[in-house]
Amino acid sequence: MYGTSAVVVGAGIVGCACARELALAGFEVTVVERGAAASATTAHGEGNVLVSDKGPGPELQLAQLSRRLWPQVLAAAAERSAHAARAVEWEPKGGIVVATTDAGARELTRFAAGQRTAGVHTEILDADALAAAEPYVTRDHAAAVHYPEDAQVQPAAAAAALLTDALAAGATLRTGCEVLGAVTCGERITAVRTSTGLLEADCFVNAAGPWSGELATRLGVPVDIRPRRGDVLVTTPVPPMVFHKVYDADYVGAVGSSAEDLQTSAVVESTRGGSVLIGSSRRRVGFDDRLRPAVLSAVAAKALRLFPALAGVPVMRAYGGFRPYVPDHLPVIGADPRLSGLWHVGGHEGAGIGLSVGSARLLRELMLGQPTEMDTTPFRVDRPAVLGGRPAPAREETA
Amino acid sequence: MTTRHVVVVGAGPAGLAAAEAALAAGARVTLIDSADRPGGQYHRMLPEAYGAARPERLQHGWWAFDRRRRRVLTHPRCAWWPETSVWALERPDPTEPGVPRVHVVRGPADGGRRSRLRLDPDALVLAVGAHDRVLPFPGWELPGVFTAGAAQALAKGERVVVGDRVVVAGTGPFLLPVAASLLQAGSRVLEVLEANTAGTLARGWARRPWQLAAYGGKAGELAEYTALLLRHRVPCRVGRAVVEARGDGRVEEVVTARLRADWSVVPGTERTAPVDAVCVSHGFSPQLELPVAAGCTLRSAPGGEFVAVDDDQRTSCPNVYAAGEITGIAGAPAARAEGALAGWLAAGGVPDALALRPLRRSRDQGRAFAERLAGAHPIGAAWPEWLRPETVVCRCEEADYASLCRAAGNAASRGARVAKLETRAGLGPCQGRICGPTVAELSARLTGRPAERPAEGIPAAGPHHRPIAQPIRLGELAAAPEPLPGNTESHPSM
Ligand SMILES: Cc1cc2nc3c(=O)[nH]c(=O)nc-3n(C[C@H](O)[C@H](O)[C@H](O)COP(=O)(O)OP(=O)(O)OC[C@H]3O[C@@H](n4cnc5c(N)ncnc54)[C@H](O)[C@@H]3O)c2cc1C
Ligand SMILES: Cc1cc2nc3c(=O)[nH]c(=O)nc-3n(C[C@H](O)[C@H](O)[C@H](O)COP(=O)(O)OP(=O)(O)OC[C@H]3O[C@@H](n4cnc5c(N)ncnc54)[C@H](O)[C@@H]3O)c2cc1C
Repeated sequence: MYGTSAVVVGAGIVGCACARELALAGFEVTVVERGAAASATTAHGEGNVLVSDKGPGPELQLAQLSRRLWPQVLAAAAERSAHAARAVEWEPKGGIVVATTDAGARELTRFAAGQRTAGVHTEILDADALAAAEPYVTRDHAAAVHYPEDAQVQPAAAAAALLTDALAAGATLRTGCEVLGAVTCGERITAVRTSTGLLEADCFVNAAGPWSGELATRLGVPVDIRPRRGDVLVTTPVPPMVFHKVYDADYVGAVGSSAEDLQTSAVVESTRGGSVLIGSSRRRVGFDDRLRPAVLSAVAAKALRLFPALAGVPVMRAYGGFRPYVPDHLPVIGADPRLSGLWHVGGHEGAGIGLSVGSARLLRELMLGQPTEMDTTPFRVDRPAVLGGRPAPAREETA
Repeated sequence: MTTRHVVVVGAGPAGLAAAEAALAAGARVTLIDSADRPGGQYHRMLPEAYGAARPERLQHGWWAFDRRRRRVLTHPRCAWWPETSVWALERPDPTEPGVPRVHVVRGPADGGRRSRLRLDPDALVLAVGAHDRVLPFPGWELPGVFTAGAAQALAKGERVVVGDRVVVAGTGPFLLPVAASLLQAGSRVLEVLEANTAGTLARGWARRPWQLAAYGGKAGELAEYTALLLRHRVPCRVGRAVVEARGDGRVEEVVTARLRADWSVVPGTERTAPVDAVCVSHGFSPQLELPVAAGCTLRSAPGGEFVAVDDDQRTSCPNVYAAGEITGIAGAPAARAEGALAGWLAAGGVPDALALRPLRRSRDQGRAFAERLAGAHPIGAAWPEWLRPETVVCRCEEADYASLCRAAGNAASRGARVAKLETRAGLGPCQGRICGPTVAELSARLTGRPAERPAEGIPAAGPHHRPIAQPIRLGELAAAPEPLPGNTESHPSM
């Protein structure tokens, strides 16, 4: 692909991962970002790289692909910038899902059995095993499953490392540059108009996160990617009390919720700095940036159900971001059928950090016309949910 | 007509005056402070310092404060909530009129579980004051290096002598009362160093001298402190600063140096002096997290950022007023005048009441004084030259200057948020209250660009963005807000 130019719009983790794959494949890549790199959604979420929260299906397959790729990508990036790769704080610490009700326990056991058939490592923990793995977790639980493949990154640093590697491979970065519209020739996009001038290229990648819908509209080909707010609590540093990612099994049964109102489920984890990170909520409130104490309160209550011992630990910060989501809850990876030269990668909702590297790999293969690592038809752009068809039933997941 | 409910946050000079004026205007007032007593910075600390300078003045100032305190706290329409922290302000829906909802936790910070309450006032007066600003320099993280305010609090509040051989350094008239109270507590003050040069001071203070004459009280106070230092033969030097502290596990000596007007070190003027404590102060940083959470517009002034207010102390948010040091650093009398104006108007008092005239005059004099103070005691642009790569910039997380430089040097990580997560500067327990403005300034210099434009829904990565304004325990947060106590319960808007 030497000599082919590509513009990636958006320097969130998805855009950074795409820029890296394309630059390594020989594209002349320009990353265009209206703010600073990795500063939007990517810096306002958590860094769970999970397989545990996905049932058998295309998203799980993408998660498994990504989980395989992460260590490889980081090892390769470390050869070019050891510092950037170290800052990623990759920790394959494993996840533990805890059910606190009998109904939840039944669901969890059934869910884990399904995942096992799809190749996910799961390990049922009895009370003693759970207490040994997580001494501070509630004794009042009905079932627990250990997922050794779950891992964690520091998301902004992960995006920065991917971008650093892309730049090392020849990509260029333009920050403070907003894409405003498209220049087309027939059915083909030939350039974008930006706040700092015209930018021509052979192909363009929409990686604008929760703003992907807005960007696509500006380019004349709307896609239905919307924001869904989530809030996270950060405690003051404490001595180690949480050793895995621990989360409640609430979400497993929560199929078909209206998703308009507040949903919370606790994901509790500690960071290298000693703080405990507690996520998170799900609300469809557009781009409303207001912090709602009632939401934080609900998140805190869920976390205490798992870890009663955290009641005395002070919360020193809260932040929130907007998960980019598609009404059918599957990401979008592929060419726009209406405007050739335009590609979309996004809509990963609460899993874009984990899924970024797999999605970028698929994009590269699709753009090169190579066989793909997995079937990408479920992610195609011309499906009803993306092009504004009837909304599919909502589903809940963690993170 | 239903009685207006005014919530005043902060019971320092500004907040107390606001509460008094709001009561006078007929409102129902809830006065909130995280401290257990009213008075704020000024009356918590000042009586002794005044006493040191001139006891009869202390009597006067103290009595005036004491009378006001009694009048306010015993007023039937006033609910006084000590040991109560506002941990969040919740903005109303942008399409709805309304005042931010006030979320508090009540009870001793180190005690058992505090109760969580929330208030929906008709108007809000923010009077949360400022804290000392300290610039980093090599060794400033050593035990024995104090902020001047902390040293003074220790010297007086707890009668702890911070050291036997102390250097007081930085900029601003505040250095003088600090030195005075150290002397009072029995420390030997070796010298008081004002970093700004005589030229800067003269230009700043001597411009428009009639304004200063109107603020004679302040000049008089300073003269008294100066006299006290003279009596103790403490040399006061201008154009000189502590540029390094050294010691093995605690400060043992300081390096001082002569500075140019821009605070660059004049080579060859370095001197070392054995000390066992250093007190530094480089002015004050207003506590802007609550105004920022409320959505108030800030203004940039030479001394830093402050809440923008109009002539009626109104912020950019409807029915949210600001008073005292969050609008500018001008001392207690100005804070009182601002507070009285804000309280009266927040309560719905008529804006052209005769009684407001002297208040407005005094407020305007205070603003002029603040401007002169900032002009005479600026922070010199070349101070970062004091830093070395290994100099700690954020004390909570021990992030050093080299890490800031590295983050700024990489296009992928120079965004404020990314750099913060990578360097960890500002992520610790103080949440950037100390280092935030410094890190923002250094990063802007290193990357050569102003803070980036935020995306829709994502707040600007400013140093004052702290939506959780005070730590709250998970258990307290998880609990539902309690019903309001006492007379406030019957209020329809609750
Ligand atoms: C609370 C919360 C918790 C989460 N937890 C997890 C988790 O544990 N694990 C996980 O995998 N995921 C998690 N996520 C989801 C994850 O954060 C997102 O899926 C991911 O960050 C999306 O990345 P992105 O690159 O698509 O979007 P972004 O990071 O938002 O990047 C898009 C970029 O495009 C830029 N842009 C937009 N429009 C334009 C334009 N017109 N011109 C130029 N630039 C433009 C934006 O400025 C932005 O920088 C969480 C999200 C939230 C909110
Ligand atoms: C050590 C020291 C010496 C000084 N010496 C002099 C002097 O000699 N002469 C002079 O004129 N001025 C002096 N000043 C300045 C003077 O103290 C201030 O001008 C004055 O106190 C400002 O009043 P304020 O009401 O704006 O703020 P403050 O007095 O700081 O009051 C703010 C109050 O708000 C409370 N608060 C803050 N956040 C919250 C929250 N989230 N929830 C609940 N409560 C909150 C605080 O507890 C505090 O009591 C000195 C200041 C200090 C620190």
